Amino acid sequence: MKAFTYERAASAPDAAARAASTPGAKFIAGGTNLLDLMKLEIETPGHLIDVNGLGFDRIEKTDDGGLRIGALVSNTDLAADMTVRRHYGVLSRALLAGASGQLRNKATTAGNLLQRTRCPYFYDTNQPCNKRTPGAGCAAIGGVARQLAVIGTSDACIATHPSDMAVAMRALDATVETITPRGETRAIPIADFHRLPGETPHIETALAAGELITAVTLPKPVGGRHVYEKVRDRASYAFALVSVAAIVHKNGAGRVAVGGVAHKPWRSEAAEAQLPDGARAVASRLLADARPAPDNAFKIPLVERTLAAILDETRAA
Amino acid sequence: MPPPPNLDLSRRGVLATGAATAAVAAAPAGAAQGKPAMTADPAPLPVSLEVNGKVRDLSPDARTTLLDALREHLHLTGTKKGCDHGQCGACTVLVNGVRINSCLTLAVMHQGDKVTTIEGLGAPDALHPMQAAFIRHDGYQCGYCTPGQICSAVATLDEIKRGVPSHVSASLTDKPRATNLEMRERMSGNICRCGAYSNIAEAMAEIAGDAG
Ligand SMILES: Cc1cc2nc3c(=O)[nH]c(=O)nc-3n(C[C@H](O)[C@H](O)[C@H](O)COP(=O)(O)OP(=O)(O)OC[C@H]3O[C@@H](n4cnc5c(N)ncnc54)[C@H](O)[C@@H]3O)c2cc1C
Ligand code: SF4
Ligand code: FES
Ligand code: FES
Repeated sequence: MKAFTYERAASAPDAAARAASTPGAKFIAGGTNLLDLMKLEIETPGHLIDVNGLGFDRIEKTDDGGLRIGALVSNTDLAADMTVRRHYGVLSRALLAGASGQLRNKATTAGNLLQRTRCPYFYDTNQPCNKRTPGAGCAAIGGVARQLAVIGTSDACIATHPSDMAVAMRALDATVETITPRGETRAIPIADFHRLPGETPHIETALAAGELITAVTLPKPVGGRHVYEKVRDRASYAFALVSVAAIVHKNGAGRVAVGGVAHKPWRSEAAEAQLPDGARAVASRLLADARPAPDNAFKIPLVERTLAAILDETRAA
Repeated sequence: MPPPPNLDLSRRGVLATGAATAAVAAAPAGAAQGKPAMTADPAPLPVSLEVNGKVRDLSPDARTTLLDALREHLHLTGTKKGCDHGQCGACTVLVNGVRINSCLTLAVMHQGDKVTTIEGLGAPDALHPMQAAFIRHDGYQCGYCTPGQICSAVATLDEIKRGVPSHVSASLTDKPRATNLEMRERMSGNICRCGAYSNIAEAMAEIAGDAG
C-alpha cells in the first residue's frame, strides 16, 4: 500500500472543502472497497479523510412521506430497518443478496454506490485498462468478457457496475444528496448519478472533485410486490451475473431495473410499460441495443428468464 | 503483495508521496482546526482501543489494518490472515459487538472501539460455549479458519436473535429462526478449505437450541 496521511473529518462542509483542496485526497467510509484497491495499488490516495464521525448514520422519514438514508448507514442496518423491510422490500432484498454478513456490517450506503467495477482486467495491474490508466487501452475487449457489460458499452470500456443496492435504488427512483466543496447542497437523481463509460471510463459518477454524499432519499412508498432476483455462480457471497429488481402491481404494471449488464443499473420506462405483455416484451425492449461479446451473450436470455420467473412468482402470490 | 515490477520507479513513487504528504501536513487548514489525528507518514498515529476488555494504546503507521495491529502489534495471533481482501472471513472479529473483516479496516479508524477476538471470547480453561461446541462437533480440521468461524458464528446467532433478516428469509418482516438454511447463508462469508461446514452448522445448531 502506498503511504498516505489521514485525518478524521470535523464537519461535512469542511470534509468536502479539504477533499477538494488536498491533492490526492479521498474519503474513506467502511473502507471495504477502497482498502482492497489500495492494497493492490489500484487506488493510491495520498490522503484519507475519514467521514465516519460525521453522524450521517440515521434513517429518517422525510416531510413528503419518503425516507432519508444517511450516507454512513451500514448495509446491514439499512436492510434490517423495519420501514425499509415493509415498504421498500426490493432494497432490503438487494442488500441482503450482496457480499457477506461481515462486509455488510461495514459497507455504507454512499460507499456501496461508489464501489468500483469488478472487471478482472481492472484488478490485474499487468493489463491495460482505460479506467485505471486513461488512454492505456482495454484488455477486456476481445478478452474474457463473461462477467462484463452487454449494453451501454463503448470502445473504451465494457465494465459493469457491481452494486446490488444501486439496482434497487434505481427501481425506487432514489436521489443522492451531496454537499459540494463550496458548501452548497445538491440533489442528483439516481438515473443521472452513474455515467456510461463513453470515452472517459475513469469518470464514473456525476460527483465533482471533493463532493461528499450526505444521504440518499427515497420517494414515498409506491406499494406493489417487491422482488430482487440475483443470478450468480454460487448461491451466496458472489457478484451477480445478472440481477433484476422489480416492483409489480396487481394490475400487472410496475418497474424493472437490471444489474450486471451495464456500467450502471439499467432501466427503461418504455420497456417496463410493456410489463403487462410479459417478460419477453420487456426484456427485448430493454436490451434492444445490446452489443454482447460471444461469452456474455447468455446474459440477454438470462435477463428475460429471470424476469419471467419474477412475474410467475408475483402472479402466484 | 507481489513485488513491484520496477524497484527504482516505485521507490521514487514512495519518496514523491512522502514529500507531498509532508506538504499536506504543513497546510494550515488541518492544524488550525485542531484535527484530532493527522500526520505525515511515516510518523505513527496514536489510537486507543479496547481489546478483549483491556485498553490498548497503539501508534501504528496509518496503513496498518486492524488485523495487522492485532497480530503484529498486540501479538494476538488467534485472528488469522487468509486472503487479506475480504474474501475468506479468517480475520473476522467483533467490533462493538458486530462482526467485521479486520483485514479491510484501518486500526486508526477504531479510536475508542471495543474489539473482541477469539482470545477474548474464551480461554482454554474457560471456553466460550461456541468454542466447546466446535470441539464436540469436530467443526474444523486444520483449524486455520476456525477463530474467524467461531467469531462469525457467535455474531450470526446474535443477528438472528436481533431479527436481522437474511437473503434466505422467506419473509422480510417475520422474526428469522436459526434454521440450517439460515445459518449456512449467514456464514457464507467464512470459507473453510477443509470443508468442515456441516459440522460447524451442527455446532451452531446446538448453541442456537440452547439459547432459544
Ligand atoms: C469479497 C467481497 C464481496 C462483495 N460482494 C458484493 C456483492 O455481491 N454485491 C455488492 O453490491 N457489493 C459487494 N461487495 C462490495 C461492497 O458492497 C462494497 O465494498 C461496499 O459497499 C463499499 O462501501 P464502503 O463504505 O466500505 O466504501 P469505501 O471502501 O469506504 O469507499 C468506496 C468509495 O466511496 C467513496 N466514498 C465513501 N463514502 C463517501 C461519501 N460519503 N461521499 C463521497 N464519497 C464517498 C470513497 O472515497 C471510495 O472511493 C463485495 C466486497 C467484497 C470485498
Ligand atoms: S472493461 Fe473497463 S475496467 Fe475492464 S479493462 Fe476495459 S477499461 Fe478497464
Ligand atoms: S483475511 Fe480478511 S477476509 Fe480473508
Ligand atoms: S478447518 Fe481448515 S480451513 Fe477450515
